[in-house]
Amino acid sequence: MGTRIVKRPKLSFMERIYLGPVVKGLGMTIGHFFGTLRDVFNWKNKKTAITMQYPEERWDFKDNFRGAPALVMDQEQRGKCVACQICEFVCPPKAITIWPTEFDETNSVEKYPDRFEIDMLRCIYCGFCEEACPEEAIFLVKEAELVHADKRDFIHDKEKLYEMGGIRNDRIMKWKNK
Amino acid sequence: MLFVDILWKLLEIVLVAAVALPTTAALLVWAERRVSAFMQDRLGPNRVGPAGLLQPIADLLKFIFKEDVVPGHVNKAIYILAPALSLVPALLAFAVVPYARDMAILDVNVGILYVFSVSSIAVYGITLGGWASNSKYSLLGGVRASAQMISYELALGLSVVPVLLVTGETHLGRIVEWQAANGWLVLYLFPAWIIFLVSSYAETNRLPFDCPEAETELVAGYHTEYSSMKFALFFLAEYIHMITASALTVTLFFGGWHVPFFTLPEGGWGTTLSCLAFCAKTGFFLFLFIWVRWTLPRFRYDQLMNLGWKILLPASLGIIMLTAGGVALLAD
Repeated sequence: MGTRIVKRPKLSFMERIYLGPVVKGLGMTIGHFFGTLRDVFNWKNKKTAITMQYPEERWDFKDNFRGAPALVMDQEQRGKCVACQICEFVCPPKAITIWPTEFDETNSVEKYPDRFEIDMLRCIYCGFCEEACPEEAIFLVKEAELVHADKRDFIHDKEKLYEMGGIRNDRIMKWKNK
Repeated sequence: MLFVDILWKLLEIVLVAAVALPTTAALLVWAERRVSAFMQDRLGPNRVGPAGLLQPIADLLKFIFKEDVVPGHVNKAIYILAPALSLVPALLAFAVVPYARDMAILDVNVGILYVFSVSSIAVYGITLGGWASNSKYSLLGGVRASAQMISYELALGLSVVPVLLVTGETHLGRIVEWQAANGWLVLYLFPAWIIFLVSSYAETNRLPFDCPEAETELVAGYHTEYSSMKFALFFLAEYIHMITASALTVTLFFGGWHVPFFTLPEGGWGTTLSCLAFCAKTGFFLFLFIWVRWTLPRFRYDQLMNLGWKILLPASLGIIMLTAGGVALLAD
């Protein structure tokens, strides 16, 4: 390889005196300064500032975002979960615990979860439960920022899970015709 | 001097040294963070109080509650003394600055010489802090600080000589009065002002000349081993040096408290207005400090020395010769 001598560019007098480029640079930074300053007073149409004011503004996640798992209901407010416990079985960190119970004779569906708990301190947001569920009853929703002062609040019970999941339109309405 | 006079003087000292300067320094820390953020298209601290203005108080509380670590390998006495040695000259140097019409804490005839003699003590705080810390980064920072500040002290001092030549005064208040009568000195001595500005940036260890700190090379330079309020004192000293440097720039080259195209009324209102004018001008130069910091990258150490000894020193000598010649010609 040997030594390669890199030729230094010859600087003109104005470049060597250094002050011209300094003034130019100062002009650029002050431009950004006033750009952001204007944005602070007119945040709706911000142009220069790139900050997102986090707790007030949040990302709009894509629909396939893997946040916290939640149970969903169909259009007629029926919980879709039939307590088959496949999600409990497939869950890698064993975050899901289900206590199944039976419906009476009149109901077309046999089982439903009496209690359904997901320990969010164990959950790894892998989405296996969503993939495994044969009833399309459990989904990973967009909510991913779980902050609680009490550790016990991280265990999501059935009410919390249905509240997070909400109603999901079901094309087949399986339970109605069962 | 009457007892009441002494009391007033004490009040003035307390107001300036214990209230005005630290408050301005705290505001500067806030301004530094917000201005830098704005220049980088960010927002900066804006949550504590209106527009984040109470952020310095939060910072101060944090500093106070931090553990004050004194490492086992330091030279204890000097290690503890250094932050104070760095802060006190910074506060002292401000004493002679005429911050309003006919107002200065210390009314001495050798004002400008006093500033230089006191501000050169400041290098002891930094150098001793670096030396007493007994760590290679601190020592390198301290050595760099001493070399840099001594080199630039020359250019700084020589760039003020033309001011003395033109006005024939060393009393800062009378220099301002001369400018009020004959126009700001920056109009006569623009190149000298440029040299003064550049050297004052080097003297206050601000970017582009912050080689004593140089985070990327020396961790944090001379205050690497300091924590809690000792670190805060170094920090405060740097910002008060900035205030003093800006105030001196305003006093020597930008007419101090003088407002152009406007005659200040006599009495208290005039004095208040003059003080406001002085604060506004100083504020602009403080903004310039921050503005320059977030625009220019750091000089390499040899480039810094080159600039100081090979360019600024000869240039300031040349300006002295030219000014002296001009003054001699015009005097006849």
